[in-house]
Amino acid sequence: MDAMTLPAKLAETREDFLALGVKDRLQLLLEFSNELPALPERYAEHPDLLERVEECQSPVFMFVEVDDGIVHLYATAPAESPTTRGFAPILAQGLEGLTVQEVLDIPADYPQSLGLAEAVSPLRVRGMTGMLARTKRQLRERIAA
Amino acid sequence: MSAEFDSAAKFAEYAHPERLVTTEWLAEHLGEPGLVVVESDEDVLLYETGHIPGAVKIDWHTDLNDPVVRDYVSGEQFAALLGSKGIARDTTVVIYGDKNNWWAAYALWVFTLFGHEDVRLLDGGRDLWIAEGRELTTDAPAVTPVEYPVVERDDAAVRAFKEDVLAHLGNPLVDVRSPEEYSGERTTAPAYPEEGALRAGHIPTAASVPWARAAAADGTFKTREELDAIYRGEVGLEDGDDIIAYCRIGERSSHTWFVLNHLLGFEKVRNYDGSWTEWGSAVRVPIVTGAERGEVPAR
Repeated sequence: MDAMTLPAKLAETREDFLALGVKDRLQLLLEFSNELPALPERYAEHPDLLERVEECQSPVFMFVEVDDGIVHLYATAPAESPTTRGFAPILAQGLEGLTVQEVLDIPADYPQSLGLAEAVSPLRVRGMTGMLARTKRQLRERIAA
Repeated sequence: MSAEFDSAAKFAEYAHPERLVTTEWLAEHLGEPGLVVVESDEDVLLYETGHIPGAVKIDWHTDLNDPVVRDYVSGEQFAALLGSKGIARDTTVVIYGDKNNWWAAYALWVFTLFGHEDVRLLDGGRDLWIAEGRELTTDAPAVTPVEYPVVERDDAAVRAFKEDVLAHLGNPLVDVRSPEEYSGERTTAPAYPEEGALRAGHIPTAASVPWARAAAADGTFKTREELDAIYRGEVGLEDGDDIIAYCRIGERSSHTWFVLNHLLGFEKVRNYDGSWTEWGSAVRVPIVTGAERGEVPAR
């Protein structure tokens, strides 16, 4: 998939990051980290429904919901882990309102295309890659069920 | 010019008390000329969410590692970095960070490769500072860049490479990873990302002492007596030993290197930073699985 077909919000986020110098990309990630919404109550009370993202160095939990064919992603991460906390809303906002197929079609290397390797190191970007992979896996399981 | 040493009674028991400062000491000395406070964390954004007033940030990965070669920065790059942070060759540097000073100890070890003389850790690190309700700020520090001389890195004294470890077999080795990584059940720390090693287990004869055993519940270093009980008592290390510590990429073992060298006074301690991500993927190096240390292989 090229930039023409990448979902609009994800493409916009990528443009925003790439338009900035390395230092400002960190600031933008910090802004995302401050935007991570609290979990909806139904998940706040059911931590068992959330899946741990093992690729992240910090405890991050996520859950994918499909409502009338439309995908919603929820995630939680501690305040002491702002980098990981920043990854979650990039995906959650980028996926919001997409169909299952549109999410499955997002390139697996989207996290590597944001220009964050230089700013936060490739190792840390893997956390977001894991989050995306797990989202897709949950969706595939949902379709198969 | 160097800041006065912290005369805390707990530190006096250590071999090199001048390598540590307490949170009280730091709070009293903040802003003093000749002192620069450095935050070094696992999370590259944590500093931005709030840091000790006046502290500058040095990131282990983006600042201290070479961007291309798997190695540390060069003398020129290190000089440019430190100069830009307002650190001169005779500046007293106090480093602190998250996770029991895990990454702070790593940064201190890299400073040591360049022979920066007066570099200390804040006992208890970032968490203790916060737990005590001390001040944090998101204000960027006012830094006046200075000249830091270009000093070539000297890896010989405190850094070991794979070949050094092979030649070292039979001498004390300390594996500071989790018991699961040591035994070979997994190649990564529990709850940490896969960093790519093809085989699991440990280097033959290495003793298993997970790094965090050196830390007390509040993140400070355990007392001299407690540390001696672990490293001399349990592991059997003795004065004069030639010791190599390793982990997965050399970060956790920097913490143990600090303990063995600066707190317990072992004079010949090296950190094998290639660690398991190299050893566990290298061709034809010996490996032992299971909870036993294993034997030195016949050559």
